[in-house]
Amino acid sequence: MTAANAPTIGTAMASATRLSVRNIRKSFGPHEVLRGISLDAHDGDVISLLGASGSGKSTFLRCINMLEIADAGEIVVDGETIQMEQRRGKTVPANRRQVDRMRSELGMVFQSFNLWSHMTILQNVIEGPMHVLKRPRADCIAEAEALLEKVGIADKRHAYPAHLSGGQQQRAAIARSLAMKPKVMLFDEPTSALDPELVGEVLRVMRALAEEGMTMLVVTHEMSFARTVSNRVIFMKSGEINCDGPPEHVFGAGASPEFRQFIGHFGS
Amino acid sequence: MDLDFMASTMVTLIAALPMTLALFSLSVVFGGLLALLVVWMRVGGNPVARGFAKGYIFVFRGSPLLIQMFLIFYGLGQFGFIRYSFLWPALREPFVCAVMSLALCTAGYTAEIFRFGLRSIPAKEIEAARAVGMSGFLLTRRILAPIAFRNALPAYSTEVMMMVKSTALASLVTVWEVTGVAQRLIAQTYRTMEVFLCAAAIYLILNFLILQVMALLEYRLTPHRRTAPLFPVAQR
Repeated sequence: MTAANAPTIGTAMASATRLSVRNIRKSFGPHEVLRGISLDAHDGDVISLLGASGSGKSTFLRCINMLEIADAGEIVVDGETIQMEQRRGKTVPANRRQVDRMRSELGMVFQSFNLWSHMTILQNVIEGPMHVLKRPRADCIAEAEALLEKVGIADKRHAYPAHLSGGQQQRAAIARSLAMKPKVMLFDEPTSALDPELVGEVLRVMRALAEEGMTMLVVTHEMSFARTVSNRVIFMKSGEINCDGPPEHVFGAGASPEFRQFIGHFGS
Repeated sequence: MDLDFMASTMVTLIAALPMTLALFSLSVVFGGLLALLVVWMRVGGNPVARGFAKGYIFVFRGSPLLIQMFLIFYGLGQFGFIRYSFLWPALREPFVCAVMSLALCTAGYTAEIFRFGLRSIPAKEIEAARAVGMSGFLLTRRILAPIAFRNALPAYSTEVMMMVKSTALASLVTVWEVTGVAQRLIAQTYRTMEVFLCAAAIYLILNFLILQVMALLEYRLTPHRRTAPLFPVAQR
């Protein structure tokens, strides 16, 4: 599967471009975090973003669904360009509704789960479909229960987030994102806040998603996931793409000196 | 102690309880609605509205409720445009003035309580809501307000209890609620101790009941803060 999807610039044109990011720049004060990052994600792509902390990979992911607003650049979701405008010298979205709609099409999974603590797991999962997509409650519940079954926590549907383990909470958060039927899933270090023994259960869910053909962008430190599940690996350094390609290329002959040094820390 | 006198005093005072309850409930409802408006202005983006809300909160929290009540009851009638306006038939009523000043005052306190409730919402939960495509009123209605209200509830129940006690001030603008009737009884009988003890007992019982209701409300709204049940039961 991985090999079949492995894109080179030539063959990628065959499948639809779900997400296209052009020349994203972002500074926090004088500190330039992203220095012009571009990326295309095609249908079924699983792209791992690697990099040391501070390399800008999480900021990049957050810029894609506009939890951070990029200073410059263009974001195209499924062919639709997000309209931006200049207001008092700052770049801001021109149309809030367009941003809301775009966000509802991009699933986001956070490092610390960010479940709504006052709602049960089931309520967390049906919240978006019911109130953002305005779909009938019965349909939402049926789909939510199927999703919770899929991520293996159907028995916890009436529990509250605080009563679940980190791994269960993250799987619930993945189900919550999937309930929106997203076109692309964004994962922001989904296993970094978990105890080591809970990482596996979350990665298994993500691997299953990848195998179903979900388009995924994953900021991660899990080298084995990047190597075996993703069909493309991007290594970021100092706000720029340092190394980019299929995992066998990036982890093999194509590895840059910076990337070799980076993975040296993981002992792999 | 003269038990017969206490009993008859209780009966007289309880007859005034509906007035106390009316003052209390109307001022809590109107004060709560006004507080929503004030807190919306206070946290919103408009600097003029924010300044007005800050000023409002400062004035009504910073000055004595009794003086606010006197200003409304005795003061408003001095302005011809109010005395000759269509509002005057209502505004010359002591009851209306008392409810108005109680509501205006509690709105100042409640707005601050709600604001702290809003501020204590975890940023991550707001971010999650934005990430599924919520913003504006939907975000407020579904995520911000429910969490803020839960966070504000302990402080808000204190404010509600304060309001029960504050209704006693209405007696000073000739509203015949429990304290006013108690003072009239004392003027007739000179038995300060028994009458005020009975009045205090009424306020205590009232606040005890309100406290139970608020505690029950908080309990029902915050199952997520309790420890998980050992044996999960089927719900609904």
